[in-house]
Amino acid sequence: MIAILASVFDGVLVGAVYGLAAMGLTLIWGVMNVINLAHGAITVFGMFGLYFLATELGLPAYSAVPIAIVCGFVAGVALYWIAVHRIIGRPELMSLLATFAVNMMLVGIGTALWTTSPFNVPVSLPGVTWEGYTFTGTHMMAAVLAVVIAGLLYVFLHHTRVGKAVRAVADNRGAAELSGIPTAQMLALAFGLGIALAAVSGTLIATMFPFTILSGEAYQLKSFVVTVLGGLGNPAGALIGGIALGLIEGIATRFMPLSWIPIIEFGLFVLCLLAFPRGIFAPAKA
Amino acid sequence: MSAVLEVEAVSKRFGGVAAVRDLSLRVEEGEILGLIGPNGAGKSTVFNLINGVYAPDRGRIVFRGTDITGAPPYRIARLGLARAHQIVQPLAGLSVLDNCTVGACFGREDLPLEEARAAAREVAAEVGLGTQIDMPAGQLTTAGKKRLELARALSARPHLLLLDEVLAGLNPSEVEQMIDIVRGIRKRGVAILIIEHVMRAIMSLSDRIVVLNLGSMLAQGSPSEVAADPQVITAYLGVAEPTQDAGHVS
Amino acid sequence: MWRRPLPWLILLAALGCALIPYWTDDVQLREGLLLAAVYVILASNLNLMIGYAGYINFGNIIFFGLGGYISVYLVSEWHWPLPAAAILAGVAVSAVALLFGLGILRLRGAFFALATIGINEAVRQLVTNFEPWGGASGIYLAFDAYEPLGGPMQALWIVYFLVIAVTALSLLLSFAIKNSKFGLGLIAIGQNENAAATLGVPTPLYKALVYSASAVLPAIGGGLYFFKSGIIEPGGAFNLGTSIEAIVMVMLGGPGTVIGPALGAALYEELRGALLTSDIFSHFQLVIAGALLLLIVLFIPGGLMGFIHRRVAWTRRWLE
Repeated sequence: MIAILASVFDGVLVGAVYGLAAMGLTLIWGVMNVINLAHGAITVFGMFGLYFLATELGLPAYSAVPIAIVCGFVAGVALYWIAVHRIIGRPELMSLLATFAVNMMLVGIGTALWTTSPFNVPVSLPGVTWEGYTFTGTHMMAAVLAVVIAGLLYVFLHHTRVGKAVRAVADNRGAAELSGIPTAQMLALAFGLGIALAAVSGTLIATMFPFTILSGEAYQLKSFVVTVLGGLGNPAGALIGGIALGLIEGIATRFMPLSWIPIIEFGLFVLCLLAFPRGIFAPAKA
Repeated sequence: MSAVLEVEAVSKRFGGVAAVRDLSLRVEEGEILGLIGPNGAGKSTVFNLINGVYAPDRGRIVFRGTDITGAPPYRIARLGLARAHQIVQPLAGLSVLDNCTVGACFGREDLPLEEARAAAREVAAEVGLGTQIDMPAGQLTTAGKKRLELARALSARPHLLLLDEVLAGLNPSEVEQMIDIVRGIRKRGVAILIIEHVMRAIMSLSDRIVVLNLGSMLAQGSPSEVAADPQVITAYLGVAEPTQDAGHVS
Repeated sequence: MWRRPLPWLILLAALGCALIPYWTDDVQLREGLLLAAVYVILASNLNLMIGYAGYINFGNIIFFGLGGYISVYLVSEWHWPLPAAAILAGVAVSAVALLFGLGILRLRGAFFALATIGINEAVRQLVTNFEPWGGASGIYLAFDAYEPLGGPMQALWIVYFLVIAVTALSLLLSFAIKNSKFGLGLIAIGQNENAAATLGVPTPLYKALVYSASAVLPAIGGGLYFFKSGIIEPGGAFNLGTSIEAIVMVMLGGPGTVIGPALGAALYEELRGALLTSDIFSHFQLVIAGALLLLIVLFIPGGLMGFIHRRVAWTRRWLE
């Protein structure tokens, strides 16, 4: 019984990070209707970022977090202008292919740089032991940071002028443009934020688990599941959905081999899409 | 005369908003029924409910004796109900001819490709797009795209045609041409349900008018009856007498 | 269809590809053309989904792999003759695709594409755990499997001719669909699915049908190809990279045209061959393919044929 509770709690912790990752995806999707198929690759680059900063440069592990956010943001804005800007109005097919192409390039470059070997960044943080079960410090720290960053995003979107401008563009680009908002720049900003979130979630994941250049796929699938669970364009829903997924994983791993998890998640993903096209938590819109 | 379309006590909510409340109306065979009302009255939602884009929460819709409540759009189109949209939706990469051919192929008559093409050619010419028949639809002017909407819907040889603000965005001479085309359509026995804001046009075209306000029917009757109805006038906040009104009221 | 020149050109090209290596007994040329033909089969059938209906199928390779498995299994365990095994593979895979498609194609455009991303992995995992098909090691074809075709040497030639035939069929199928009522409906869906539905195009059925249609010939092709290879195992049969390359080929050559995907496949093959022999570039294959795809999507979304059609008017009618 305690074992299950422990798994559940751990799942919630990890799930918060999944939620953070999904927030990046759902933000971009909600604001500009672009499905970022490079999301997983960015997450992986966030992981390697931690490796580079902590292992190669010897910096304290958690200093990588703000660095990942800043670098991710800059990279995201650049990526927007290079790959995304031209295809904004065009059919969905095109944005899928464009971001997919970026994904290919990132994975290719990553493989060339780092090969497909597993990497691990040992981060030690004192955990909490209770009734013989240890809750790892890194998991708790990651969850806390995830919630903090999510909170910052919320404050940004709802209580700053720029954030509100971004939401205005997401709601109705034409009207926002007419109101004097530089919509293209807002889109670039939103994209940058989305990438920053993906990158930092990767960094946090790397404090907890080992990874390879190919890990991106698995985390991208998780992000998609969470996004669909939580509702497109709904960051709060993404956090909740992430925790829910973490919970499901926590329970499931007790009963089945790890390699089945992606298949379960895939099945869940397709089922959710078929049953709840707008997400379980999405508000009903006209 | 039997009814081509019967809408019975239909309601639709979106979230907290009741877009359509307990609405009933009939379109008789061969008649032009005008649907008017202030913005937000629910007119386009009614169209969406009729042609299957949304399913009503309550009520029934019967088309020529067949219950089409909640049926998917393509099944309704097959039964002979066609629609020209307010916001034009051309198949931009296809030519005008191909656009109309799609209508002819998949509409009521379910024609094979070659015959559909021939039918499409005729309809396009009638509507005035004969010279632009090979042009990609995306390159048409607004007026051209509006005509294409109409031509495409007509190519399906429907029993009932839903016209959603086909006159919006047209200059006065284009409006005249369109009105003639609509009259021509009715002469062929097609029933028409038309939403329009150009008062002069809809008042002169329609046999009967239904006025919608806030999702329910406010009034119905002949154009002159409706125009004289004080409730209708209040709802529109001062619409001029239809016979003297030269422009349109938003 | 036979009143237009293009189908005849396709037949002619196929005949040429079949006979020239045979008459010159050039095995190297045959192998090169075989590989190119396989890519043309994949790209051309994928084009039915991407180019006509506007739906990206990231998992297109599973038709090829499953077709291969079914065919090799029938030949190896049940001693079926190759043509029958390959045809049954085609029928079986497309039937499964139809059923599956009716469910999964209720998802619109982007969601469908996302769903197909995971399919490859899921199918690969399932097959890896499926013992009757050799699990993770796959199935080996013993040499005597080639006896019914007159021995290994002759079998290779027969398989080659069959593959060329399937390639020609793929292009002809593409042409036939494009000029049919079904094709018009598909293209309408690709342009604007909502408008198409309002016009009466039965969208869920058509999408499922084209998904199924796009499965038949790759499945047969897979059956032939893996028979020739003599071995089939999950990694090689369900190679995600090949799925991706097929997409690049379609986009490169010109989605929505008949010969575009074939050109794209040929061009990409050339490019890949050149890259693989170069030391530096072999590591960057994925990067270059990605960069190529990005450039196409950003600047010439109509691909090579789109570009040609815009510049040279008569090609629109005669070289579609």
